[in-house]
Amino acid sequence: MEDLKRMIRDYVAREYLEEGDDREIGDDTPLITGGIVDSFSMVSLKRFLEKKQGIQIPDAEATPAAFDTVNSIAALVGRIRSRAVPA
Amino acid sequence: MASESAVREHYQQAIREHFQQELEGLRQAGLFKEERYIQAPQGAEIEVEYPAGAAARRVINMCSNNYLGLSSHPAVIAAARAGLFSRGYGMSSVRFICGTQDIHRELERKLTAFLGTEDTLLFPSCMDANAGVFEALLGEQDVMIADRLVHASIVDGMRLCKAMQETYKHSDMVHLEGKLQEHQDKRFRMVITDGVFSMDGDLAKLDEIVALAERYEAMVFVDDSHATGFMGKTGRGSHEQKGVLGRIDLITTTLGKALGGASGGCVSGRRELVETCRQRARPYLFSNSVAPVIVAGALKVLDLIGRSTERRDKLEGNAIEWRRLLKEAGFDLKQGESPIVPVMLYNAKLAQDVARDLFAEGIYVVGFCFPVVPKGQARIRTQLSAAHGKHHLERAIEAFVKVGRKYDILGKGKQEIADTYGL
Repeated sequence: MEDLKRMIRDYVAREYLEEGDDREIGDDTPLITGGIVDSFSMVSLKRFLEKKQGIQIPDAEATPAAFDTVNSIAALVGRIRSRAVPA
Repeated sequence: MASESAVREHYQQAIREHFQQELEGLRQAGLFKEERYIQAPQGAEIEVEYPAGAAARRVINMCSNNYLGLSSHPAVIAAARAGLFSRGYGMSSVRFICGTQDIHRELERKLTAFLGTEDTLLFPSCMDANAGVFEALLGEQDVMIADRLVHASIVDGMRLCKAMQETYKHSDMVHLEGKLQEHQDKRFRMVITDGVFSMDGDLAKLDEIVALAERYEAMVFVDDSHATGFMGKTGRGSHEQKGVLGRIDLITTTLGKALGGASGGCVSGRRELVETCRQRARPYLFSNSVAPVIVAGALKVLDLIGRSTERRDKLEGNAIEWRRLLKEAGFDLKQGESPIVPVMLYNAKLAQDVARDLFAEGIYVVGFCFPVVPKGQARIRTQLSAAHGKHHLERAIEAFVKVGRKYDILGKGKQEIADTYGL
């Protein structure tokens, strides 16, 4: 889980912070409500997670709330991965 | 069990209360937008009733898109009137049924010549052009790569299209190049940008975008609504300004700003792309034809600006001078070279309060806050016009300085303003 969160933090900082913006991306930093990621550019984060994790995130679950923090994103990925595990 | 009428009343009351609470929330947060009632033609000075019911007062307008001062020009009005009598009031039709007059074709041809493209198609508005273009041209095998600060109408249009959506950091050419490389597996790539960004007033790096697009085989789309008529030496737009005339695949722009200010828009560009929009774009197929009176007015506007660059030259001079005055006074500005000059205030309520106080001083501006701009980025977006004279700018800066001192924002940057007022 820590590796996943680090990967998400690194991606968000690289993909969304403008040059000269030295904000720390913490696990509870509000990404959408904090204006770092807007709903328009959120799609690339969704695609990144799907590609790196080999999962499909249903559109209904790719909500601003689910993508608002590194913690909530990691939780979403965890839920989807656990569905794929056979009983 | 409740009667049907009791259930209906409860349902309506519940809905009413929900929205009343939402609206009250907007008021509390300083995000509620109020209309002002203008009792005059659009111009550098207008008569405004504000608040509703108050006596109208004469104020200097610093927030219109009337960049060339043609919105109430007597020659434009005369031409529109002549068009009304020769071609009627409305077409009562979409274009392809019985809504195309000879003057629509004439305007499309003249826009094509002015913009330096191969063909042009009129739409009821540029918002409609942006809503229709992407869906008409691109599909699931394609990718749209948009600057993150593109206009809301482009965001809406992209959402209607099945092509993959991608974005790049505002004006960041390194980031854009990365996206172009990443999407080489797509059938078509389209880079999408404003020519002049409507909220910040900066210009897209069209020369660099075109170079990247040509290297990575991508189309270039530009919404030039805040540039057509006055950016570039002869006012053709941001593509002229950046030396890439003839190299933009698609331009959308509006007749509702510099080009007369009424309504109407268009897409202009490569012949096959424009013709495909004519065949497939939903706002073109399903929305009413641009009214003859507007077409006639727009034709006169193109005639006026084709004969002389005097208006765009005056506008350019006004913009340079206004920036200088604001900067010297100590306001926090967004850098740019267009006649859009945002005065940054960051806090939404502060922006509303400053706008209200400026109105009391005879200067009409509006505070811009979320969702029009990102949270914490509230501003007053001043806009210059060729109709502004030196005396207008002098009066305006006097008022801005007086109000700026009242709120102690002169010489202050984002952090200092945020420390006092919050974000």
